Parts: sequence; structure tokens; C-alpha cells
Amino acid sequence: MSSVTLTDIVKRFGSFTAVHKTSLEVPEGAFVTLLGPSGCGKTTTLRMVAGLLDPTEGEIQIKGRRVNDVPIHKRNLGIVFQNYALFPHKSIAENVAFGLKYRNVSKDDTKKRVSDALELVQLPDVGERYPKQLSGGQQQRIALARAIVIEPDVLLLDEPLSALDANLREDMRVELKRIQERIGVTTLFVTHDQSEALAMSDQIVVMSEGRVEQVGPPQEVYNTPASEFVANFLGASNIVPANCMGRDGNTFVFETETLGRIAVPADKAPKGAAAGPAKLVVRAEKLQLAPRDTPADGAVSVDAIVETVDYQGQAVRYFVRAGDRQLQAINMIDERPFAEGAQVSLRLRPRDCAVLPTI
Amino acid sequence: MGWSLIRGWTLLVYVFMFLPVAVVVLLSFNASQFGSFPMTGLSVRWFVELAQNDAILRAFRTSIILGLLTAVLSTILGVLASLALVRYRVPGSNLISTLLIAPILVPEVVLAVALLLFLNFLSINKSFMLLLFGHVIFTLPFVVLVVQARLIAIRRDIEEAAMSLGASPVQTFFEVTLPLMLPAVLAGALFAFTISFDDITGTLFWKPGGVETVPTQIFAMLRNSISPEINALGTVMILLTVGLPLLGLAIARQMSAKRGR
Repeated sequence: MSSVTLTDIVKRFGSFTAVHKTSLEVPEGAFVTLLGPSGCGKTTTLRMVAGLLDPTEGEIQIKGRRVNDVPIHKRNLGIVFQNYALFPHKSIAENVAFGLKYRNVSKDDTKKRVSDALELVQLPDVGERYPKQLSGGQQQRIALARAIVIEPDVLLLDEPLSALDANLREDMRVELKRIQERIGVTTLFVTHDQSEALAMSDQIVVMSEGRVEQVGPPQEVYNTPASEFVANFLGASNIVPANCMGRDGNTFVFETETLGRIAVPADKAPKGAAAGPAKLVVRAEKLQLAPRDTPADGAVSVDAIVETVDYQGQAVRYFVRAGDRQLQAINMIDERPFAEGAQVSLRLRPRDCAVLPTI
Repeated sequence: MGWSLIRGWTLLVYVFMFLPVAVVVLLSFNASQFGSFPMTGLSVRWFVELAQNDAILRAFRTSIILGLLTAVLSTILGVLASLALVRYRVPGSNLISTLLIAPILVPEVVLAVALLLFLNFLSINKSFMLLLFGHVIFTLPFVVLVVQARLIAIRRDIEEAAMSLGASPVQTFFEVTLPLMLPAVLAGALFAFTISFDDITGTLFWKPGGVETVPTQIFAMLRNSISPEINALGTVMILLTVGLPLLGLAIARQMSAKRGR
């Protein structure tokens, strides 16, 4: 049974359509991420589930109950906001206990549940303090404790990590996922950060300009993007125009100007792929640079010249020119990176290509 | 050289502004019949006489009742208006905002005469209610300005968080919004009280016969003679209108210090 169901949701602001007809199911206990750049409609969608915005059309169900006309305070949701949104005039314990006041919980029970929640977010001793006395990361943990102590039907996370420092953000990511798995609450997470989405989600919903581009588990979305937008938004990709020559046994044969002839395994191509113009997605980290005199070992091999070297420590990003096309390659550094202007050979294993569905 | 000149000049300006006030306070303790220098000795007899002067006591009571009612009404109206203007999309909110602030910009005499003429036109007699009404009109802008500024600074998501946790909009207001804007609300109320307590122009136009506030009472007394009682009254007024806001500020500081901010 799904916990949150959106059916043909549309949201318009005047003549601007923020979310086009969208349907979505969040399974019970799942961690589903709405991923996209700012203005893609992900936050609007979350706010409609929260009851902070009314959908223009369509139906929202939470646990099988239609909630379109249910105001936010009767939806039993836990929301964590980007800027924590703790009550500055209440102590941490009062903040966490806030939602229990409206749920007929006895005093002793409240005390116990508050301390359990603080224990869960690993801040058991801050109950007497005030929000301003805590760091950003601690405040966000308290915000999470406050949201889950009421045992919400759905936990809504609106970019909860983006106000934190980079290091802290990665720690909190692991922490957040641990807590979510522990209590098993259905979670809808909004972010523009692809690494957060890939690391935490059971399902990723990639959105762009108010439309859903692709829905799937992280590996599927990453490895077989359904559109050029998805391929570019999740990681660095090269989109190579190709011509499909047709099926040959277990492979589809593609003819490209830049990378020559590539025989892609059939399971990498979308269903119903047929001869004709197509687009191949080549992940930057799958494109390897090698000296020209090394053997290709069955990989596609084309000559290229290094144009720009973007050194990143453990890895390096090259911009190389192959024919009349510039390609990106991200390689781990073995000994020393190639220099600008180096004559190299590009290597690509055919099974590392993905084929975009032709529309 | 240039700086010390500016410093000296600034000092002189302050002396010019505050010396008369100091003189009033000083002379209120003068034992002499005449409220002037040289002082013949220290005494509190003028304060005692003040406390026995029925007209002044009546004026005092009127002023305090008027001030308190003005503060309460202005604050309630001001808070409601600010909430509407900041939190909801009201058609013509810019115009409404300007109209609410307008009484500060219009000279008080003009406002006073206009209101009087308007009520004459409606053939409504002068009354205490009318006086109160007038005071609310020109203290309201101060409340609205102070409360609005504070309300804009309270992030909407804090209220949204409260509602998501199960608090209804009304509960959210009393649990979250009001406590957070309380310093501004109190400041607004204090403003309204002191402005009403101090006001003479509007009050002279609007007050019904026989009703005197402290300022109009002083004004009336000054027309006959300069009694040392007036100095004593002045001292009390200064204590009230300066001391009260300072006290309020101190309490507000104490409150926020407790919260660790």
C-alpha cells in the first residue's frame, strides 16, 4: 500500500504552471527523493503534500485518505525545513514536545517520548538549552526530533541539509538515513543535490520545469537516464549523437562520428529501440584516457587531444577534443595526470554506454 | 582642533536642549514661593501640594485612563492590521499601509480640526469617546510601524512548523507568533501610552468641556500664573514619560537575556 499518492496534480500560479500534470506514489516506509534544479517544481510538490499549498487540479491521498481539503494541522505530518525553523522562544525540550501538546499525550509519556527522540538524534543532554545556543547541525537534529516524535504518517524534508557546511552535510546525510531506516517512516525528501539523492533514496524522482523526467532507484536513474536532462543533471555526461544500424544478436550497433562504431549490449538500450538516429550517453568517469601505444583490450579506442586539465586531487577532469567534438572525462589519477596538449587515446567499454530513448 | 570644536558644539546643543528640563526638576524642590532662582532651600512641599490639588489629580486620572485605553485599543488594532498586511495578500495593501501611517505625516492641528469638523458635520457632540478615538488614530501608526517591522523578521516557516505539528492557525498565533513579536507589541503599547499622555494639540480640540488631561491642565494653570506646583508636575511627568519606556526596555532585555539570545 502506498503512503502518499498524487493523482494528476497540477499547480498554477496565475498563468504560470509550476507543476504540470504529475502522478506519484510513495510506498509505505520508502525514502523517495524529489530531485531537480531550483524552479523545477519539487518544493511546490512537497508543499502541496504538506498542505501549505492547494493543488489547482488533481487529488492527494495520504494513507488512502483524500487530504485536499484537510488543513495542514490535521494531516499528521512531520516537516523539516531548510532553516530548521525551531521556536526560538522555547527550550529544546519544549520544541520537541510541541506537537505532543495537540495529541492528548500525558505528561509522563511526553517526557519519555521527548527524551527518546533526543536520544535518537544523539543529543540527549540539550533539553534545557535554547535553539540559539546550538550549532546549525545540532539545530537540524532537533528539528528532526521534533518532526518524528509525533509519529507522523509521512516525514517531509525540504532541503534539510543545504544550510549546513559541506563536511557536516555528509555526516548528517548518513545520520538522517540511519534514523529514517530505524523508525521506518515514509519519507519524501526534496533536494537539488544529486549526491544526497543518490546516497539516501530508495526511489528518485527527477524533475525539470514542472515535469517528472524519470522515476527509479538511484542506480537505474544514474546508469540508464531516460532523458538528456537526467543524464546531464546526475553527474557529468557526454551526449553523443549516433545512428543505430540495427540489432545484431545481443547487441545494438551504433555508428558515431566521434567514437566510431560501438556495439552496445541490448539490455542498455531502451525497449523498442530501432534503427535510426539516436543519442548515446557516455559518463565522464567511464571515458578513460590512455597513452596511444597501450592496447585497447576490446574497448572502443579513438585518438584525442587534451585541451583542459581540471585537477581535483584524487581525480582529474579532462576536456578532450576528439574530431570536432569536445568530451569530458573524469579519471582517477595514476601516477601523474596528462598534460594539456597531450596526444592520447580515449577508451570506452561498449557496455558503459547508455542509449537515450528516441522520442 | 576641528574635532574638539565639533565636540564642544555638540555639547552646547545638548545643554541647550536639556538644561530647561534640568532647571524644572531642580526648581521643583525649591522652597521659595516663586518658581525661580535663587533657590531658598530644598523642600518637597510642592509635591505635597500637588498631591492635594483636586484639579490636577483629576487631570492625572483622566490622562492615565485615556493613555491606557489608547494603548490597549491602538495595540490591538495595530497588531491585527500588521498581521493582515504582512501575512495575507490584501488587495490594495500598499494604499492601506500608507493610510495607516498618514496621521504621522499630516500636521496634528490639521488632523485635529478635520476630525472635529467631520464630527460636527455628523452632528456628534464632543465626548470622552471622541477624545479616545482621536488619540487612537494618531498613535496607531507608531504601533503599526513597530509591529510590522518585527513581524516581517519572523520567518514564515516557524509558523508553518507549528501548524505541521498540529497547532491550528489561532493556536499558532498565541503559541508562536505573539510571543515572538511581544517585545514589539509592548514597545508599540508604550509608545501609544506616552504619546497619548503627552499630547496637547489634538486634546485641546477634542476634549469635551470640563475634562482636562495633565497637559491641558498645565496649560490652563500657566495662563494664570507660574506656580512652583507646575515644576513639581513637570518632574512627575518627566519621570513617567522617560522612566516608563526605560523600565520597559530593561524588562525586555531581561526577558531576552534569559532566552540566551
